[in-house]
Order: sequence, then C-alpha cells, then structure tokens
Amino acid sequence: MVRIYNTLKRISKNVILRRFIKSIFTIFVVVSLTFFIIRLMPSNPIQIYINQLISQYGMTYKEAEALAASLFSIDLKKPLILQYFDFLKNLFRGDLGISFLSRGTKVTSIIKEFLPWTLFSVGVSLLISFTLGIIIGMFIAYKRGSSIDVIITSIASILSSIPNYLIGIMILVFVGVQWKLIPIEAMRGSLSPGVKPGFTWTFIKDVFFHASMPILTYVISTIGGWILTMKSSTLSTLGEDYVMVAKARGLKESRITFSYVGRNAILPLFTSLTISLGFIVGGSVLIESIFVYKGIGWVLWSSISSRDYPVMQGVFLIITVSVIMANLLADLLYSRLDPRIRITGGE
Amino acid sequence: MDKKIRKIHLILGSLRDTFRLLKRNKVGFAGFIILIFIILMSFIGPYIVPFDTTSRLDKIYVKPSWEHPLGTDSQGRDILAQIVHGGRDVLVVAFLTGFLSTLIAISLGSLSAFIGGRFDSMITSLADIVLTIPHFPLLSVLAAFVKLKNPLMIAFILALLSWPGLLRAVRAQVLSLKERDFIEAARALDLGTPYIVFSEILPNMMNYIVISFILSMTSAVYAQVGLILLGLVPLATHNWGVMINFAWTRGAIFYKHSIYYILSPIFAISLFQWSLVSFTRSLEEIFNPRLGQGA
Repeated sequence: MVRIYNTLKRISKNVILRRFIKSIFTIFVVVSLTFFIIRLMPSNPIQIYINQLISQYGMTYKEAEALAASLFSIDLKKPLILQYFDFLKNLFRGDLGISFLSRGTKVTSIIKEFLPWTLFSVGVSLLISFTLGIIIGMFIAYKRGSSIDVIITSIASILSSIPNYLIGIMILVFVGVQWKLIPIEAMRGSLSPGVKPGFTWTFIKDVFFHASMPILTYVISTIGGWILTMKSSTLSTLGEDYVMVAKARGLKESRITFSYVGRNAILPLFTSLTISLGFIVGGSVLIESIFVYKGIGWVLWSSISSRDYPVMQGVFLIITVSVIMANLLADLLYSRLDPRIRITGGE
Repeated sequence: MDKKIRKIHLILGSLRDTFRLLKRNKVGFAGFIILIFIILMSFIGPYIVPFDTTSRLDKIYVKPSWEHPLGTDSQGRDILAQIVHGGRDVLVVAFLTGFLSTLIAISLGSLSAFIGGRFDSMITSLADIVLTIPHFPLLSVLAAFVKLKNPLMIAFILALLSWPGLLRAVRAQVLSLKERDFIEAARALDLGTPYIVFSEILPNMMNYIVISFILSMTSAVYAQVGLILLGLVPLATHNWGVMINFAWTRGAIFYKHSIYYILSPIFAISLFQWSLVSFTRSLEEIFNPRLGQGA
C-alpha cells in the first residue's frame, strides 16, 4: 500500500508529467474557447452563412442549414452542450470540417499543405538568430565598454524595438522595390510551380529562395533581443564565484569561456526561447501576408478576410497547438539541460 | 498651508532628482525627449498643422520640399500633416491598454496572493494559459467576430491579453512583502487588505509597475498596428497604421516614388516604440542604480 502511495506521489511530483498535463489542459481550454467564440458571438458565422446561402442561392432555410451543418461537421438542432461534445469528438478523430470557399476541401488537408512551410521558415529563423545572437552577445560581453560593444548594443536595441512586420515592409520596399536586388514577385508562394518535392538540389534551392525574405525578417527582428539577453546573462555569469575559481585554478581561457561561462549563460535564454517562438509563430500571420509566403499564417489571414470560418477555426487551433507543443518541448529540453529544474521543479 | 507648500517642494525636489538621474543615461534620455516630442506632436500638433484632405491631382507624390517636408501622397496631400494627425489614436489605444492591463494585473495579482489557495492556483494557471496562446492569431480571429470600432474596445481586448506578465510580478512581490514587518504591523492595526495593497505594497513596487505599463504599451502598438495593417479593424480614422495599410493594399509599396509615404508612418511607429523601450531602460537604471555599471 505504502509503496503504491509513494509511486503515485512520485508520479504527481514528476515535472515532465505535470508539464504534459498542463499542456493538454491549455489545449483543451483553447479548443473550448474557439467553439464558444464561434457559437456565442453576436455575429454567429453559421447563421451568417445560412443567410448568405438563402439570399444568394435561393435555398430554403432547411437546405441551407443542412449544408452549413455539414461544412462545420456539427448538428445544429442539438442543444449547444451536445454540439460541443460532438465538436470535441470530431476534433479527436481529426475532423475539422470543410472549407466554405473551396467546397469539398477538408480543413485538415489545408493544414497539411500549408503548415510545414511555416514550421520550416520559423524553425530555421529561430535556429539562425538564436545561434548568432548567442555568439555576438557573448562576444560583446567580453568586450564590454569598447566601441564595438556600444555600436552593437545600440543596433540591437533599435532592432528589437521595431515591430517585425515593419522590418518586413522595409525589406520589401528597399531590397525588392527601390534597389531591385531580389525578384520580389517571383518569390511569392512557398514553392515555384513545377518544382517537385524530394531530396533534390533544385527543390532545396527553391524552398530557401521562397522562404528567404520571411526568414531574413524573423532573424533581423529577433536577433537584437537574443544579443541583449545573452550579453547581460554572460555579464552576470562572469561575476560568479565558480568562474573566479576556474581562473584561479589556471584553466585555459577557452575552456572557461565555453564550458564555464557559455554553458551557464545560455541556460536562462531557453525560457525566452518559448516566448520568442510563440511570438514568431503569431507574427507569421503578418509576415507571411506581407511577402505572400503561403504558410499557415497566410492561410489564417486570407480565411479571416474571406470569412471562411471552418478554415479560420481549424488553422487557429493548429497554430495554438503547435505553439503549446513547442513550449512543452522547450520545457523538457530545459529540464534536461539544467539539472536544478529537474529536482526542484523550477518553482 | 505650510505643510502643503513643503509637500510641493518635496515633490519638485524628487522630480528634479529623477530628471538628473534620467540625464545620466544618454540613450534613455534621448528616448525620453523623443517620447515627449511624439506625445506633444500627436496631441497639440493637430491644432498647429492643418490637414487639408482635398486631393490635389497636380501634386501627386511630390518630393520633399519646404512646402511639403515629407512630400505628398497618391492624392497630393501633405504627408507630414498626416503623420501629425495620425498619432493620437495609436497613442490613446496604447495608453488605455497599458492602464487597463496594469489595473487587471494589480488587482488580480494582489488578490491572488492574499487569498491564496484555490483562487490563487486558478488565477496563476489562467495567466499561464493566456501567456501561451499566441496573441496575434487570437486577436485577428476575435476581430472577425467583434467589431473593433472604438479605441476603448481595442484597448480592452488588448488588455485582456497583456496582464499575465505583471500579474506574476505583483503576486510574487506581494507574497514576499506580505511577511515583512511593516505589513504585519499594518495588519495588526486592522487596516484592511485594499488599504495595505494600495498604500503599503504598491509604492514598494512602483518600478515594476511603471516599466511593465510602458512595455504593455509597446505590445499594444504592435498588435493594434498589425491588425490595422491586415485590414482587420474598420478603418474609420486616419492614423499611422491606416497609412501603412493604404500603402500596402493599394500597391504603393511597389511604386518607386511613394517611398516617403510608406517610410514616414513606419519611422514614426518605430521611433515611438524605440523611445518607449529605451525610456524603460533608463527607468530601470534609476530604480536599480547598480545596473548602470554592469550593462
């Protein structure tokens, strides 16, 4: 008995499990929120769509209602709470309904088509800007007070305060239109017509060709933040006792820099990684719309402007779920990297 | 009467001290000056610079000159006048958002710390959820359902998303201050929770509050202009965001001569954001002088 109790207690104290349950709960809240927003708001999209069908196609109310219900995968005659359970059941089976605009296209297949491009461009950008930011931030922390530190710090603080979509527009205006360095029209979309996915050089080149401007925008707009946080984190690590001890022990400068200062200074940045990720994915709605890069953010924007509610609902859910999952992943990674979190739970 | 005068002197003296400390950090001071300038320009400027909305077809995309310091737009209207007139809305929404979200954070945060138990864990997990959901997609979806007509409405929705950061700080601070002697004393005097929070605890964490107020202003500007840019907010008035939206949707971005029309609002918004951020940096130094030497 006691043993079972102890095991249960250990499980409930398990950080990883607790994080996992928390993520599932957050997803559940978002799912419910989405359902009730759509059903309870003053401008209920299902009603709007029914009215539209009646006025445009001359359908009877019954026909229109049946069509709308089939598109949303919801039985509109049931009480709201039962509709909610149906909605959850459909969601669990991976059924997100059918698009209003292109009838017959499942929302899930739209997501499957567009999500990878966003994950790719956001992932690559995060990797580039995190790595570069850490290196530059550490470098200027070692050179603190020098003119290069002053210059880089001011540039970083300017870059980190400009909204990313304004940086995107500036890139578009200068690089694309004023200086004509890039063929901005040809770069639209996520892949050139005729290029087949596969492990070929043309495919990889084309993928980067189309993603380059969004990636550049994400990197420029986030790198300043990484540089500044890494600089201050390195500075505070440099003052730690163990660094002084390492110096006193006569360890090689490079060993101290990488194994003692670097490793410890990076740790706090992992928590910002999750925040930054959510922010970039959220901002992809704007950046992808500006460059007409056809990822999930662009789909969200175009479905909102064309009032394609099932797509809007499904895409919003998938964006949120991917951010929550990425958060969970970063949390787990962080607790792997920092043993202190694993033991105390980081609270 | 004498007491009052002394009090005014005291306030003036501390203001002078703050000003001196502010001047110590040059970048922060520049941010402060620019911030004041933008506020004055947006609220008083419209009374000085007239905005002529009639289109002048003979003056389309005129280059900057004495008459039109920033040139003219696609309908021959002065760009500088549009910049001067277009700041107020953006600033008002930012300020209202900062105010509302600070209000939510302070009241929920201190309540949560004082009541504790289930209420506390409910509020903290709510804060966690709001922090994890990507804000901009949520806002754009909401904009499809709620007509974001007036600034107060936009500010209210933005504030509903931007309180968790400060809430955590307020809660942690209240939890740690709660045990301190002067709070115990206040409790022993039976002064009541609201009194304790507002006159004993909050003054002790004014720095957090001011800084997060300003930071939530910057995220309000980001979200607001973003929504306007994508055309998800009804474009009733003329502001910086609407200018960018026009430039984008009407293809002015792709037209070589319209560069002043696009860059002016971008520059105005970026400058405002930068001035807010660098102002908080120097505020941080004022509140925590040790930081000054380190960074």
